[in-house]
Amino acid sequence: MLINRRDALALSAGALFAAMSPARAQAKKTLRLAPHAALRVLDPVVTNAYITRNHAFMVYDTLFSVDSQYRPQPQMVKEWSLGDDKLSWTFVLRDGLAFHDGQPVTAEDCIASIARWAKKDVVGLRLAAVTTGMRAVDARTFRVELKEPFGPMLEGFARPSSIPLFIMPKRIADLPADKVLEEVVGSGPFRFVQSEFRPGVSWAYERNETYVPRSEPPDGLAGGKVVKVDRVEVVWFPSKQTAINALAKGEIDLLENMNADQRSLLQGNKDVEIRRRPGPNASTIRFNWAQPPFDNVKVRQAVQAVATQQDYMDASIGDPGSYQVCAAFFGCGTPLETAVGFPDTGKPNIAKAKALLQEAGYKGEKIVIITPGDIASFAPLAPLTQQLLRQIGIPSEIQTMEWSAFLARRAKPGSVAEGGWNLAHAVFDRIDLISPLGNLNFDARGNGAYTGFVDDPETEALKGRYQRETDPATQKAIVEEMQKRAYELVFYIPLGTYFDYEAFRSSISGYVPSPVMVTWGVDKI
Amino acid sequence: MLKLIALRIAMAVPVMLVVATIVFLLLRLSPGDPALIIAGETAGPEALARIRADMGLDRPLIVQYLAWLGEIARGHLGTSILSKIPVLSLIFDRLEPTLVLALSAILITVLVAVPLGAVAAWRHNSWVDRAVMVLSVVGFSVPAFVIGYVLILLFSVKADLFPVQGYVSPFEDPVASLRHLVLPSLTLALVFMALISRVTRSSLLEILSEDFIRTARAKGNVERRVLWRHAMPNAAVPIITVIGLGIALLISGVVVTESVFNLPGVGRLTIDAILARDYPVVQGLMLFFALIYVGVNLLIDLAYVIVDPRIRY
Amino acid sequence: MSATERANIPSQRNRFLEALLVNRIALLSGVLLLVIVLSAVLATAITGDDAFLIRPRQRLRPPGAEFWFGTDALGRDVFALVLHGGRISLLVGLLAAVAAAAIGTAMGLLTGYLRWLDPIVMRIMDGIMAIPGILFAVALVSLVGPSLMTIVAAITFAEIPRVTRLVRSIVLSVREESYVRAAEGLGIPPMLVLVRHILPSCLAPLIVQTTYMFAAAILSEAVLGFLGVGFPPDVPSWGNVLAEGRAVFQRASWTILAPGLFLAVTVMAVNLLGDGLRDRLDPRLSRAAKVSS
Repeated sequence: MLINRRDALALSAGALFAAMSPARAQAKKTLRLAPHAALRVLDPVVTNAYITRNHAFMVYDTLFSVDSQYRPQPQMVKEWSLGDDKLSWTFVLRDGLAFHDGQPVTAEDCIASIARWAKKDVVGLRLAAVTTGMRAVDARTFRVELKEPFGPMLEGFARPSSIPLFIMPKRIADLPADKVLEEVVGSGPFRFVQSEFRPGVSWAYERNETYVPRSEPPDGLAGGKVVKVDRVEVVWFPSKQTAINALAKGEIDLLENMNADQRSLLQGNKDVEIRRRPGPNASTIRFNWAQPPFDNVKVRQAVQAVATQQDYMDASIGDPGSYQVCAAFFGCGTPLETAVGFPDTGKPNIAKAKALLQEAGYKGEKIVIITPGDIASFAPLAPLTQQLLRQIGIPSEIQTMEWSAFLARRAKPGSVAEGGWNLAHAVFDRIDLISPLGNLNFDARGNGAYTGFVDDPETEALKGRYQRETDPATQKAIVEEMQKRAYELVFYIPLGTYFDYEAFRSSISGYVPSPVMVTWGVDKI
Repeated sequence: MLKLIALRIAMAVPVMLVVATIVFLLLRLSPGDPALIIAGETAGPEALARIRADMGLDRPLIVQYLAWLGEIARGHLGTSILSKIPVLSLIFDRLEPTLVLALSAILITVLVAVPLGAVAAWRHNSWVDRAVMVLSVVGFSVPAFVIGYVLILLFSVKADLFPVQGYVSPFEDPVASLRHLVLPSLTLALVFMALISRVTRSSLLEILSEDFIRTARAKGNVERRVLWRHAMPNAAVPIITVIGLGIALLISGVVVTESVFNLPGVGRLTIDAILARDYPVVQGLMLFFALIYVGVNLLIDLAYVIVDPRIRY
Repeated sequence: MSATERANIPSQRNRFLEALLVNRIALLSGVLLLVIVLSAVLATAITGDDAFLIRPRQRLRPPGAEFWFGTDALGRDVFALVLHGGRISLLVGLLAAVAAAAIGTAMGLLTGYLRWLDPIVMRIMDGIMAIPGILFAVALVSLVGPSLMTIVAAITFAEIPRVTRLVRSIVLSVREESYVRAAEGLGIPPMLVLVRHILPSCLAPLIVQTTYMFAAAILSEAVLGFLGVGFPPDVPSWGNVLAEGRAVFQRASWTILAPGLFLAVTVMAVNLLGDGLRDRLDPRLSRAAKVSS
């Protein structure tokens, strides 16, 4: 007998009510956690906010996902193959995949989801540009046809961040890519409890009883997503201090992140375990290439000569166990790690900087540093940069603004008088850096590019070569060339990578170390 | 009496119109782009333009203003840009914690500050008087968030007497609710107590030095009776006035207190909405707070008539 | 001994004592305030040129001989930050208080004197008072961006109605006095009457009100800092020093306590000075205060 959609909805609603009755609630295992940000937008394609992405990983499933070493592994896909001409990819879905509304996941759903994603994601856009067609072979098999080889196909389908490829029902995925989705129907291990969603305050998930996990153990975002709790409740704390206190007193079970300084508040608490988060952050200095004085490579090199990762990390993090000096533009501890071209000796070279400024003909014009006033990870950066600039004779003014105003202004290539800027900082999750095509720091298309407006056709050509290359060794060689060039031309200055910490009550077990926080695998006594 | 009430309500309409105009101009004349928040940092200009058109942000300012006025006149506050939830239901959803917090702070204040101020005036220059003066000066001088953090450090983290944060509804669990409420309402009440005890003291002092009190004393009335029977009713008008004006102080305090203690009330909603540039929510909340202020003061105007029958408008 | 005597003798003595005491507290507050102002003005001379030096390897040092108030999360000397922060905070307080007093007085004089203007201006003032001041300030500073201009403007805005109402009430009571009537009768232009005959009556209560606004404005700046919309980090004020300390408060409480103490003592001194002034200028003021309520 076929169950139609309305019956399935009625069934699930009934189950929900039964589950929410007080008698049953006693027996329920509920995980309470404090996230890194407040959830407001539910659509993971329309925004690249990390919190929306984390939410999406709970309720949606992905075709592939990266493991703890950032290697793509199959997730919804059972098997796949690449034709001998390297122009035709075939994917077959696993058995038993179903959306929360009861409908099975089909090849058509996947094709519609890929199409929607490929309108927004940087890697997806490149894929769309070389795709000639996608078609369903049968209910669980689909094929992607290309006009030229696309090396990072699996890397793209396994995108862990920015905009990952989440699979949605075709009826939802067919909506325009700019329309904000309001309905949350995924096929992931948790279902979203829409009635408990209080935007910016709290939200909740219940276990998807019908989810069929893979058999492998969980590893990063890959492996079997086995859910062991009945419910996950997420509460946003505007003050990290308050969240830490709540964990210390057992009011919550898990704290997604805190910085190295805040860790000391929980050390010595026997009921709390503290663990370094697997995905570090990377802070950077970005120059406005479109405006003097930083349109001149020598002025950028002058700043590069005095900005040492050691100073930035000591000033902003302090604890040497919580940061690392990292030369690799695509992340340390990732498949594409390399130290090629790294100029940072650990000692500021003021004489060299001054000589470079003189060669550049810099006349002492005042520059403007813009910074967001309400984001903790940015707080130490602007003052230290200002101090270094002062030491080499570049006067500067810090202008603070609210986060969205900062983003809007940082995206403008115009002069300061036209509402632009000269120098700004950016902080990345390493997960956003691992893909040479997806790494925004290598967007070198000039004024239309990512903030900083790096203009270097040679880099864009290298990215094209990387995209067509399917051999890992040759891919790596291209990446080394890209990194060397980016250091020489000072695309940006990496200021070191540092770790946040996660903390949880000792009653929690099986919390998977993953750069994107996941709660499958977690059990609670 | 009915005429008086109708007149006062009619006077509130232009006030709300002024509020609406200020709020609208404040939000629309400032730089910043809510479309960018929705779209994310990497969105193209076409996507931004489309989202702006969806939200009506591309229309001329005056058209937006009139359309908006028309909407709020009919009680429509619009929907949140970010969460797509109607502003009114967002507000009502967050109202309970704020009301509970504010009412308990007012209760503490009236129960503690008015008697304290009265005793201070009555026993002028006694230790109670000094204590009230010190309290009022401290309450006015130390920012609420410093008080909040010190209270958390002392009573929650060190002494472990109260929960650090959070809100429990009194309708669900009265005992837990009370425990969660102690520190936040103290934090909020302190500045209010400073204000009220001070006003009570000074208005009583003034009245105690007036002729009719001297007359009452001269007639042989004992001090306590003079205080409560003759002086208090006359001091009530300035005290109630200040409680009304103090609603503004209370609202500011609510914003800070809710941030420190992580209470999901309307104060935090306002700050979040401002920082996220969620225009309809900010506008709705500012109007809402203004309405509360105007409403409370309207009630107080009417209360004068009861407390002091000589007052007529 | 009659009841009258019993009540009056101590009360006379008390009033004398009170005047002495209040003056002594006011005097002390004045001296304290002077010290704080001087320390702010001479901040650079006291703490040296490298007051804001970031010392990457000396962050979060507790108070001691080298750093009297310890160091903050960037290794900056909290003592130097607090002294320099006083400059900005006191400046903000002063500018906001004076601006609110000036604008409010002008509006109060005009509305009190020109009857047709009165209902319009008073409704606008009612409207401003109905908007919670701190929310308006947060919104304005957050939307326009923090600078001395915007922060002072944001704080000033909410204070204007109070001054307007105060001045208007005095004008309303004074304009019926015989000497004002006489001046009008002599055909002296209204402007001149306002400035020459009515303004002087407002001065005493205005001075007191401005003192209180000064204290309130300093606090408002700190709250703006706390809520994350204060000055940029290269302009230390008590507000943003407090805000930066907030993140490390439980580990390094001096980062909150030192600026918090300076802030509280300053505001307290200003308030007590205001009380002293008020008591000194009492007879006229208490009448004015009553009218304004």
